Amino acid sequence: MDYSNLRRQAASMKKSLFDQGYLDEQFCQVEDLQDEASPNFAEEVVTLFFKDSAKLISNVEQALEKYPKDFNRWDAYMQQLKGSCSSIGASRMKSECMSFRDYCGQGNVEGCMRSFQKVKREHGALRQKLEAYFQLLRQAGQLVLLELPPGPGCKN
Amino acid sequence: MASRKGLGDEGSAPVPHVLAVDDSPVDRAVIAGILRSSRFRVTAVESGKRALELLGTEPNVSMIITDYWMPEMTGYELLKKVKESSRLKEIPVVIMSSENVPTRINRCLEEGAEDFLLKPVRPADVSRLCSRVLR
Repeated sequence: MDYSNLRRQAASMKKSLFDQGYLDEQFCQVEDLQDEASPNFAEEVVTLFFKDSAKLISNVEQALEKYPKDFNRWDAYMQQLKGSCSSIGASRMKSECMSFRDYCGQGNVEGCMRSFQKVKREHGALRQKLEAYFQLLRQAGQLVLLELPPGPGCKN
Repeated sequence: MASRKGLGDEGSAPVPHVLAVDDSPVDRAVIAGILRSSRFRVTAVESGKRALELLGTEPNVSMIITDYWMPEMTGYELLKKVKESSRLKEIPVVIMSSENVPTRINRCLEEGAEDFLLKPVRPADVSRLCSRVLR
């Protein structure tokens, strides 16, 4: 499999993630911070995001169980998760977080429970897709070391 | 705590040292990355308390950029403590928040904040800000 083909696949995969709404412009901003000193910055931040977001989701889950109808607490935890989503451009996850917060504002327990399940689903889906994307980039990157063309970016 | 050295040449003006404060590890990484890409030396800490500890030992902080909502000590409370200190009050403080609350913004600016950035913070926002504040 040659480098240009892998690059095209990675670019196509990323375009698909944007077209399907998984990612927004903020992801491009994060990728654009990569340079020679931090060539894997985006992947490092995304890895950090999934580690942190797993903890935040667990916090919400425990709060839903231990503090029934404590909408302020639920909302506060979800606000943290929404912030992280926003920082890396995880657009669909962010939307579901906002939906959960809306239900908190309405005092709607069932709505909160439903949207929390959606948050978890989007989290899982995004993790799979970004893992595949970065794996493809790594494969293309291994060939870049030999051939030295520029990597894919949001402006290409 | 993450610290990245600036890239000033030997003999040239010292590279500005920016202290970034945010309880979110993701946001800390992103803001540190943005500042690093602008060639600043960055120290990123997770709380106002840690920020004050560092300010007590590090003499050359050029700017503080802090999240508003943090547990135990908010960015506003950190701002107040900095501005109340005769030693620290000249350090520009910038507040970041994911929520656009005019009363919050005005309160911070009245307390002496240099600027108020809405999250997610973009490189262009930080670049403009740092050009104005630090150069």
